Amino acid sequence: MERIESTDVLVIGGGLAGERCAMEAAAAGLRVTILSLVPPRRSHSCAAQGGMQAALANCFMAEGDSPDLHFLDTVRGSDWGADQEVARIFADNAPIAVRELAHFGVPWTRVRPGPNQYHIKGEKVVIDEPAHKAGMIMHRDFGGTAKWRACYAAAGTGHAALYAVDGEVVRLGVDVRDRAEALSLVHDGGRCWGAVTRCLRSGRLGVTLARSTVIATGGYGRIYGQYTTNATINEGTGASLAMDTGLVPLGNMEAVQFHPTGLWPSGILVTEGCRGDGGYLLNREMERFMVELEPAKQELASRDVVSRHMMQQIIDGKGVDHPAGPHLWLDLRHLGVEHLTTKLREVFEICRDFLGIKPWEELIPVRPTQHYSMGGVRVNKDGEAYSLAGLYAAGEAACWDMHGFNRLGGNSLAETLVAGRIVGQKVAEMTRRVPLQVDTGTASEFLDRDRDRVRAWLERSGEGRSVYAIRDAIGEIMINKVGIFRTGSDLAEAVEELRALHDEVDRAVLGCKDPGVNPELSFALRLKGMARLALVTAMGASARTESRGAHCRVDFPDRDDANWLNRTLVRWGREDSDPDFEYEPVGLLDLPPGHRGYGKASHVEMTDTLDDYNGAVIDEQRRHGMRDPGQPVGSELKPGAWRDAEARAGIKAIGTGRSR
Amino acid sequence: MTARKLTFEIFRFNPEDPESEPRMQAFTLEEEPYMTLFRALNRIREEQDSGLQFDFSCRSAVCGSCGMMVNGRPTLACKTLTSDLAATVRLHPLPAFKLIGDLSVDTGTWFRAMAEQVGAWVHERAPFDPAAVEEPMDDELAAAIYESDRCIECGCCVASCGVANVRPGFVAPAGMNRIARFMMDPRDARADTDWFEVISDDDGVFGCIGLMACHDVCPKELPLLEVYAYLRRKALGTAFLRKG
Repeated sequence: MERIESTDVLVIGGGLAGERCAMEAAAAGLRVTILSLVPPRRSHSCAAQGGMQAALANCFMAEGDSPDLHFLDTVRGSDWGADQEVARIFADNAPIAVRELAHFGVPWTRVRPGPNQYHIKGEKVVIDEPAHKAGMIMHRDFGGTAKWRACYAAAGTGHAALYAVDGEVVRLGVDVRDRAEALSLVHDGGRCWGAVTRCLRSGRLGVTLARSTVIATGGYGRIYGQYTTNATINEGTGASLAMDTGLVPLGNMEAVQFHPTGLWPSGILVTEGCRGDGGYLLNREMERFMVELEPAKQELASRDVVSRHMMQQIIDGKGVDHPAGPHLWLDLRHLGVEHLTTKLREVFEICRDFLGIKPWEELIPVRPTQHYSMGGVRVNKDGEAYSLAGLYAAGEAACWDMHGFNRLGGNSLAETLVAGRIVGQKVAEMTRRVPLQVDTGTASEFLDRDRDRVRAWLERSGEGRSVYAIRDAIGEIMINKVGIFRTGSDLAEAVEELRALHDEVDRAVLGCKDPGVNPELSFALRLKGMARLALVTAMGASARTESRGAHCRVDFPDRDDANWLNRTLVRWGREDSDPDFEYEPVGLLDLPPGHRGYGKASHVEMTDTLDDYNGAVIDEQRRHGMRDPGQPVGSELKPGAWRDAEARAGIKAIGTGRSR
Repeated sequence: MTARKLTFEIFRFNPEDPESEPRMQAFTLEEEPYMTLFRALNRIREEQDSGLQFDFSCRSAVCGSCGMMVNGRPTLACKTLTSDLAATVRLHPLPAFKLIGDLSVDTGTWFRAMAEQVGAWVHERAPFDPAAVEEPMDDELAAAIYESDRCIECGCCVASCGVANVRPGFVAPAGMNRIARFMMDPRDARADTDWFEVISDDDGVFGCIGLMACHDVCPKELPLLEVYAYLRRKALGTAFLRKG
């Protein structure tokens, strides 16, 4: 039996961002319902390993750190694609988020006073940790940061954080529907009123009406088929839900991160903390190639830069042969048994379970692997979706947008909790102002459409390919033609081939028509959305004729601030034949575009003055559907606050481009 | 060397299908190098029977979705290499949990109920102060809490437990581990006497009959034997003090 029910706040996705958001609404006395594909503790947040960035400045190598430096690192990491206001809100609130997790019980690794041995840039060093910081939250080094900043619980940081936050969700009595998904958003053209749902125990459809709806479904890594570190559930369902409305744009879908150290060939992640703690990358000649290529940061340049150097080694024939294709080595041998079985315990377990090796004795085969979706549902700084009231997004599903074209390691865990807190507060505030005003006819209309989709899948017969064959074909195109190095000709082919596969989804035939949940039908209902996400990712990459962060066009190698200092927005309703691409300014520029301090040094300078650029931002973004944010929560842009931050911390300033 | 031909005998039953009857069904596959049960089961579903139900998510032994009985022993399927198994592999769903279909069971409902039963969250001593720095904690203690916190709630210990299989209210090894984790956490306000109410009956530590299969099957190698001993000691100590 289908049923229509109502709640105050519907959160789609039970990972860290969704649950942290749900906590705020529940604590404010609202009824909250979470839909989660899996029991929430199995969400992909649990797989985050190495750390969560927050400038607590607790250990010796973190001395002088500040949210100002965290802001600078994040904006440079983004290759100036980030919304700097959001980066500032984030950096200022990350310390609160980490300390709040300590309050919820996360067993953060703590500072051990006295002599501690570390590996820094290939050297074994002993550092005296200060006595007055004894027992404070410890940091480890990560890529693209000026200071040691990543707070961690061994290599199970995401797991510990997720269990602590889910404990709070249980305490607050939040109604969690595990094994449930949303098939469509219910909306009246101006406001979102919940979603059509499907139970993954019984296959039954229903509608959950809500005064506010939050998308927190994580990334779309699985459009890269098996070439991803992501869990099998990271199919971009939230981005699809939003795009299907035809109203809400997705931002920067072409901004896709490749993590340098996916295990080869399984794609399982091994944390950046391995390199943060002193691990090396080696080629077939056992050379530490990163030392020469990136003298300043070595293995700890940003992920986009390290991944490109690694792929270039492989292209240059310096990869190690393997039946599935060449790879490189991650060398952790010098870190020793003690460190690898405690501070990097989860990495040791992965090596033992999936490779049958001891990482203190043998090398680990790695290759850059799709890892993170910088793109997602475009929202304002309060987390409100463009162009559709009552809809919010947070975490990896959102394009908030603090990561721009490259996310720094450890910034995503921190984002889920900072955004969850801030967006959750806004959701609580706004929900109280909005009575549920939707007629059941609207709900029934959306329900009927989804019932028809289900029926069409079950009734179709013929000679079509299987949904799995189409999924695999999409993945091969994405990794081979929309991967780390991109060219106009590859992308044009990818767009054509993905378009054909997108059309073919409607001819695919199911092998299983059994009643109940039917795993093949569940996947089939998501496949069209995945094909649509893959296509707009490829089209966005094809249109963007520059290289910025993780988007690397071999045929347009420079970052082009004259023409492309902007964010891609794409809208594509389910019934529309073609997607519609537009571009908006990235946001207010506080740190002027310049050199990141690693990677390629040259770029095309912007032609507008900073004042002209900044003067047009708000009106331009409004024109593209941005909803005016309310009073800022947590923090706001502090123009120029970064100016002396590096000098104060004793860091030689790197290129910050032109000043005003 | 020619690849082995593997036979998978898999429990089948779809409770949502009135025509479905519980049965075992055999599938054959050619073995691949480094083949895990994640790979094998997905190949069977995608190539031979697309209705086959099972659960995987992270496929890297951290999410706990894929607990199942492999040749009668509960374990995580994703990290089970076929090369470690004989050519015939028998797969059943975990007992003690409600069956959803085939190899898929409802661990979510069980673990949520357990979390509510033991109060599996830090019972705060004072509200969080966003302006304050964190309370210091000795790193040794943090590491000890982390050791227990590593449980991924896969349900293997529950499935292996002679008591949990017959007594639905029993907190089971995972629940006892959860209790021990919060008991040793100084941030939690609950005193030993508060815990006494939670653990000192047949649904708690005195329900355990000490078979300790849980300790042997835990895929994360949690020291469940020590957890059990710790809780017995705590409960007896508290009982003694109460009497005294």
